[in-house]
Amino acid sequence: MLGLNKKDTYMFLLVLALVVFAPFLLNPFPENSELAQFNAGYPDLMQRFLIFGIFAIGFNILFGLTGYLSFGHAAFLGVGSYAGVWMMKLLTMNVIPAIFMSVVFAGLFSLLVGYISLRRSGIYFSILTLAFAQMSFSLAYSVLTPITNGETGLQLALDDPRVIGVSQVDGSIPPANFFGMPMRESFEMSMGGWLFTFNAGYYLCAVVMMIAFYIAIRIFRSPFGMMLRAVKSNQQRMNFTGLNSKPYTLAAFVISGMYAGLAGGLMVAMDPLAGAERMQWTASGEVVLMTILGGAGTLIGPVLGAGFIKYCENIFSKINDNILYDWFAALPDGLADALVFIIHPFIGKGWHLTLGIMFMLIVIFLPGGIMEGMERIGRLFKRRKPPSQDKSAPQASAAPAE
Amino acid sequence: MEILRVEGVNKSFGGLRALNNVNFSVEEGTVHAIIGPNGAGKSTFLNCMIGRLAPDTGTVMFGDISLTGMKPHEINQIGVSRVFQTPEIFDDLTLLENIMIPALAKRDGEFALHAFARVDQDAEIHDRAMHMLEDVGLEDKRAVTASSLSRGDKRRLELAMCLSQDPKLLLLDEPTAGMSRADTNNTIDLLKRIGDRGITKVVIEHDMHVVFSLAEKVTVLAQGTIIAEGKPEDIKGDPRVQEAYLGGAHL
Amino acid sequence: MDAILLQILNGLDKGSAYALIALGLTLIFGTLGVVNFAHGALFMIGAFCAVTLNRLLSLSFTTIDPERTDFLGNPLKVETPYVETWFGPETGAAIIDWSVPLAILFSIPIMALVGLFMERGLIKYFYKRPHADQILVTFGLAIVLQEIIKYFYGANPIPTPAPDAFSGSFDFGVLLGLDPNLIIYPYWRIVYFLFAAGIISAVFAFLQFTTFGMVVRAGMADRQTVGLLGINIDKRFTFMFALAAVVAGLAGVMYAPINSPNYHMGMDFLVLSFVVVVVGGMGSLPGAVLAGFLLGILESFASMAQVVALLPGINQIIIYLVAIVILLTRPRGLMGRKGVMES
Repeated sequence: MLGLNKKDTYMFLLVLALVVFAPFLLNPFPENSELAQFNAGYPDLMQRFLIFGIFAIGFNILFGLTGYLSFGHAAFLGVGSYAGVWMMKLLTMNVIPAIFMSVVFAGLFSLLVGYISLRRSGIYFSILTLAFAQMSFSLAYSVLTPITNGETGLQLALDDPRVIGVSQVDGSIPPANFFGMPMRESFEMSMGGWLFTFNAGYYLCAVVMMIAFYIAIRIFRSPFGMMLRAVKSNQQRMNFTGLNSKPYTLAAFVISGMYAGLAGGLMVAMDPLAGAERMQWTASGEVVLMTILGGAGTLIGPVLGAGFIKYCENIFSKINDNILYDWFAALPDGLADALVFIIHPFIGKGWHLTLGIMFMLIVIFLPGGIMEGMERIGRLFKRRKPPSQDKSAPQASAAPAE
Repeated sequence: MEILRVEGVNKSFGGLRALNNVNFSVEEGTVHAIIGPNGAGKSTFLNCMIGRLAPDTGTVMFGDISLTGMKPHEINQIGVSRVFQTPEIFDDLTLLENIMIPALAKRDGEFALHAFARVDQDAEIHDRAMHMLEDVGLEDKRAVTASSLSRGDKRRLELAMCLSQDPKLLLLDEPTAGMSRADTNNTIDLLKRIGDRGITKVVIEHDMHVVFSLAEKVTVLAQGTIIAEGKPEDIKGDPRVQEAYLGGAHL
Repeated sequence: MDAILLQILNGLDKGSAYALIALGLTLIFGTLGVVNFAHGALFMIGAFCAVTLNRLLSLSFTTIDPERTDFLGNPLKVETPYVETWFGPETGAAIIDWSVPLAILFSIPIMALVGLFMERGLIKYFYKRPHADQILVTFGLAIVLQEIIKYFYGANPIPTPAPDAFSGSFDFGVLLGLDPNLIIYPYWRIVYFLFAAGIISAVFAFLQFTTFGMVVRAGMADRQTVGLLGINIDKRFTFMFALAAVVAGLAGVMYAPINSPNYHMGMDFLVLSFVVVVVGGMGSLPGAVLAGFLLGILESFASMAQVVALLPGINQIIIYLVAIVILLTRPRGLMGRKGVMES
């Protein structure tokens, strides 16, 4: 289907189903139950799953395939966001021009950054991208204030021209919309104790993400994708094979930059504002983590990684000591106190500590991420079976990280 | 007809003169061996030919194209392939992919943004790669990751990668280095078999057995200078060569 | 003239910090071949050693002074630090006042231990992993360390004063026969610069004049060969890591009065220090020191009002710009060696 082979088609349909039915799947607990806090089926969070999924899919095209570790991809997301808000200020509140121009600007910026950074490889490349991102971040805070509105962040205003659309409706800023359908419009469905929310913005993100995911699959299976893996494997051999690795890496860099811009544009479409903190290097580190956590170089891994991190972020930062005491109510007081004391540093504002620990554990024990973990479990089960007939069964490609 | 012509090439590293006014040419369709004791400058010479090192002076002409200053991928694109001393292959990729990449490079050029084509539906490239794998006897391992191959298999794979491009000139840097006698003989057979295709080959070699089994012409390099050149049987008897090889124990 | 001199002086203290951190980074990279993104965190931990010692020394007990009353008429509560009762009021007060210099002694064993644990517990397992993995795991470690500090010390900067004796400023203008108040420079920054110069000299002397240092230098030039000589590099690696941690920690201790320590100061300095290392040349110790001071001074020049008026924002990005230009024109940095990190 769609020019995908059987396996990829199944994978694509699986992801499609997950995304379409997410409002159900992510709300497994009834509204008034104790466990309702573990629900993730509300629009804001679900949008973030998809948006960061796109960001990570794009990052993976660069890092997963070519092995070039960029520490500056948040800058492209930031540029995309600013471009998006400006489109909404100047043209119209329809999200399409905003998203489109986000991709274009992020693409142009990544072309510039990539052209320079890719003249070096390895750690020099990482530091160059980091330097560019930090530079953009500093500039957004200082000199570029007319464009970025500095620390306050760029927001819509009542007197923005919006030359194609309308400047204001009944004295307020018109909502971001898709040809008239407001992004924040939701349809709520109540079933028994459950409440499911179907949000227009979420489904717009879903369509965009599925397109982005589809393109990523096609790239992975294309000669171009194979060349990118060749870059990671042995650049010297590649050059002596008659291939110019530079345009390949640059193309991968720009594509992943455009994905980042797309994510930034969607953020703006969902919530029309943009701030410099989106460009900070911790934000770049986050997308690296998502990709690695899910499994760099795999198709579905980065999506899982993004979802997992955003879900944990949401849950961990929501839990507080009172909730913990509720959970441990059945335990003796002393024990409950001790448990709360132990868990306390990791929740609420301590979420970043949990994130850092997770980051380390993954890199140390599971460099291939969730996907490698699943593969290992799968192999455990296979080993139980009687030895298979073909002795030369290929060693699974999850080679040790050397 | 001459396919490769090297004229007046000098190369120094600091104070060390690695190549001293080397003149050298290769006839189309022949197997030409370059031999010499350790440190004779063989590898430097090869690197100067392939554009990995820039010679200080002199020219390297491939047909009527000057190779000096060209980038490795450009040199490959005009028909020069190289087998390295330690096999350079795509370790993380499967054998089939390892050969499809050079085949694609030959067909589509140094860069092609075919981001929406499908590798597995490219029958032409697929067949070509399978054919090459059969040629070197690795077709059973086509789905195996290349890093898991033995050293001998890796070398055969690298050779297949180069051959899949139908090069006009193939440079082999000690193709049997570190191999057992049996593996060496296999490699010699393989190289003889592909000799039928009419590909010109330049072989740098240590092992005289290999040289005399394959080469039609031999050039002897010592201390950066060519000291003898001629048919294998003439070289065998040349006293200068024997002297360079410490009394000719190898011969 | 005076303005230029002032900017050079202003650049020295930041440059000293860059140089010290970059020195440690280079030591670790050169000997162990590890790219340590947690090095900034070591700098931060050093600064918090100063904070901790200050707090420890200020630990007080409360007594009620019946003779004095507060503004509500209640008896006044008086906090008396323990050190004052142990050593007498004057000596005690002096000890508290000098807590930052004292923290040097306090921090050396702590930083050495932190370095030891880091190397033995984590870094050791990453010698043979790709650089990307090293970057990622130390990046994670940096987050963890800074969050731990944040948990215990809060998110706000903690003012940690220098001893009173250094609180004033020195008038360089008078010294040079210029008008007074033209070039005034806080004493503590002079102390910081001299201290940094001392540490840097000590490290270089150690590497130059001891057998141990010779092996380390040989190891930096050619790791494989030194390993083949049968020298136990492992122990030396651990020692080097601890030494680098101590250097970073000391840089942090003494920096506390200049910039009130906060939990993210390590990250802020780390990014810049990496740039410094790259500009200086990966694996070159003199390069790291030279680039540290150069970039510190350059940054301070770029912050001059006249320059900022001409090129707004240049002070924010000058270091990155320089790094980009250097990397593109002199890929090995100012004093880099061939073959380091080029594969």
